[in-house]
Amino acid sequence: MSTGTSRPALDAPVSQLRVALFATCFNDTMWPETPKATVRLLERLGVTVEFPTEQTCCGQMLTNTGYGRDALPLVRRFVDVFGEYDAVVAPSGSCVGSVREQHPGIAEHASDGALAGRVAEVAPKVYELSEFLVDVLGVVDVGAYFPHRVTYHPTCHSLRMLRVGDRPLRLLRAVRGIDLVELPEAQECCGFGGTFAVKNADVSIAMGSDKARHVVETGAEVLVAGDNSCLAHIGGILGRQRSGVRRMHLAEILASTEEDQS
Amino acid sequence: MTTTPVRPPVPGPLQETAPTFIGMPKFPKGAREALANTQQRRNLRHATHTIRGKRARVVAEVPHWEDLRLAGAAAKDEALHHLADYLVELEASLTANGATVHWARDAAEANAIVLEIVRAKEVDEVVKVKSMVTQEIELNEALEEAGVNAWETDLAELIVQLGHDRPSHILVPAIHRNRSEIREIFLREMAEVGRPAPDDLTDDPARLAEAARLHLREKFLRARVAVSGANFAIADTGTLVVVESEGNGRMCLTLPETLVSVVGIEKVLPTFEDLGPLLQLLPRSSTGERMNPYTTMWSGVHEGDGPQEVHVILLDNGRSHVLGDRLGRQALRCIRCSACLNVCPVYERTGGHAYGSVYPGPIGAVLNPQLRGTASEIDKSLPFASSLCGACFDACPVRINIPELLVELRAQVAEEGGRTAESAAMRATAWLFSDPRRLTAAQKAATLAGRVLGDRTIRSVPGLGAWTNARDIPTPPKESFRQWWARERGSGTERSPR
Ligand code: SF4
Repeated sequence: MSTGTSRPALDAPVSQLRVALFATCFNDTMWPETPKATVRLLERLGVTVEFPTEQTCCGQMLTNTGYGRDALPLVRRFVDVFGEYDAVVAPSGSCVGSVREQHPGIAEHASDGALAGRVAEVAPKVYELSEFLVDVLGVVDVGAYFPHRVTYHPTCHSLRMLRVGDRPLRLLRAVRGIDLVELPEAQECCGFGGTFAVKNADVSIAMGSDKARHVVETGAEVLVAGDNSCLAHIGGILGRQRSGVRRMHLAEILASTEEDQS
Repeated sequence: MTTTPVRPPVPGPLQETAPTFIGMPKFPKGAREALANTQQRRNLRHATHTIRGKRARVVAEVPHWEDLRLAGAAAKDEALHHLADYLVELEASLTANGATVHWARDAAEANAIVLEIVRAKEVDEVVKVKSMVTQEIELNEALEEAGVNAWETDLAELIVQLGHDRPSHILVPAIHRNRSEIREIFLREMAEVGRPAPDDLTDDPARLAEAARLHLREKFLRARVAVSGANFAIADTGTLVVVESEGNGRMCLTLPETLVSVVGIEKVLPTFEDLGPLLQLLPRSSTGERMNPYTTMWSGVHEGDGPQEVHVILLDNGRSHVLGDRLGRQALRCIRCSACLNVCPVYERTGGHAYGSVYPGPIGAVLNPQLRGTASEIDKSLPFASSLCGACFDACPVRINIPELLVELRAQVAEEGGRTAESAAMRATAWLFSDPRRLTAAQKAATLAGRVLGDRTIRSVPGLGAWTNARDIPTPPKESFRQWWARERGSGTERSPR
């Protein structure tokens, strides 16, 4: 896990950067609104976004379940697909964490020195959305409008692996019309944990239920986070409880404008 | 001492599972039972959150906490990377100080050595300082079998012992008990083994502590042999260190004529100076105090002062096996502070018993399968008893990267498991993602289902009960992102319009 270095700032002006979107397989397949919102948001901020269609998955689920070896081709694919870009942006803290913190180890395990070298080049150019906005674009106010009561859950991998810190909160605070309320015990894990959610379903649900209870306590209409996987888990519990709280990815709120709300 | 280059360690044998834990069910089963115990859950939540808050406060007031962590980890690593040399140095220093050093490969050897010393002293009881390692080797049980009573003198250990219970936390072994339960245990059990609890005992903490003190006092004054562990063993000075809060340790370490200390070989530190960072890290991480009330250090025998016969048993019991693992050996840095337990959201809800060892929580989830291997049901399941949230790594004073080790152990379990339904599913996933065309085809099926389902909520799916028992499942969208991109933007590698 990282000790919290922020990503290096890029020299070239934003309009000249070659920026790729890493949609992530889960968002691509299940939550397309999130990468769509990411594209809308970045284009609104003057970034030209490419979507290299050869991309698939970072292999996180394989690695975390004990099949890191099977993830090796995905690590190769990742550097092949994204190697040529100046920056890669993904609306998922845990997938970025997997690329930056796990890909080097997988290459090393495979004793593939050439691959390890390429990973060392590519991985630091991969940014979680809030990092890219704040550190590379240098913006906090992205011109969003979202007149709702919102509470933010910092997901574990963005918090403790990537150390995004308060970047998402700073971005949210700058959204016009938003009523941002603090989530009690926000830094506690929601209990998703990939296959943990199924292998240790009872503990996972116990954790998720506590998280859902805290969300409901805030009186928020919308729960926001930087990872749709955690949101699917907490949202699944909130949904079963018919709580009426909506789940939304950070990108979707930041992409919202006055026209969307009218 | 000058250090020699790292010798490639020869992995020693695995630890044999202690009798109490043989045949333990896998973690999710134990966890389910623990989750159903709502009183215990309340006790645990209250206790872990209290210690968590205290720890956070005293850690935050140290400006160079990160430097301290690095120094602590470096001292432990230096010792571990040259373990054989420092152990030999420790033995020489201890011997020069008048202590007798014994070597034990495993629990059986260590227990036999203790018993031999106790027999030579012709006693039928010993007093004990709280020690994880003597629990690991089940020394009390071995002594009891030989007709020797081992009295635990730490308050929480006493509660566990009197309650015929098992410890569930490294620092606070009775964390799963609340005050009124403790009162009941004292009233029921104390009379059986010594001074009874007063009839009018209440559940006021001061009254409970007083009852324990009076009960223990006669044992301290009577005992001729004490058994302890050690938090640190200093190679250059031959000094053992015990860190504690209640003063019971100080009594045991100074009053009896004979002192036997069982010390895991990973407890060695190169020099006395290394205590500097570690004695700052340990109490803040452990009890959330700036300094613990009692730190006892003894270097062999001093005439007319303290125990006149000092034995030190250096125990392997699987540790040299862990040392042979390049990545895994960092777990041997553990100073048993229990900070990782207190911040762990899984431990907070399940308690310690589900981990099937005296080492519960995040460190237990790595250390037990490392020490014992991954053959048994419980050890196979422990690396998965974590959501990989990373709170343990952040809290660990010696920077053990527990999530990384868990993932590593998961790979070991998967490899040893051979071909299973899971490995087939994972391979299928890898195959699907190895070619974007396959992913696109799979998405067509998913989005077709999404179009059929429309806005309906999915509440159950056959085979996915573990998910859907308490969670709705997301309905697939009508169109994947890449389908949308192809429709809107044409070929993906073209630059999007400005
Ligand atoms: S692993 Fe670290 S945090 Fe956990 S008990 Fe050991 S030293 Fe303390």
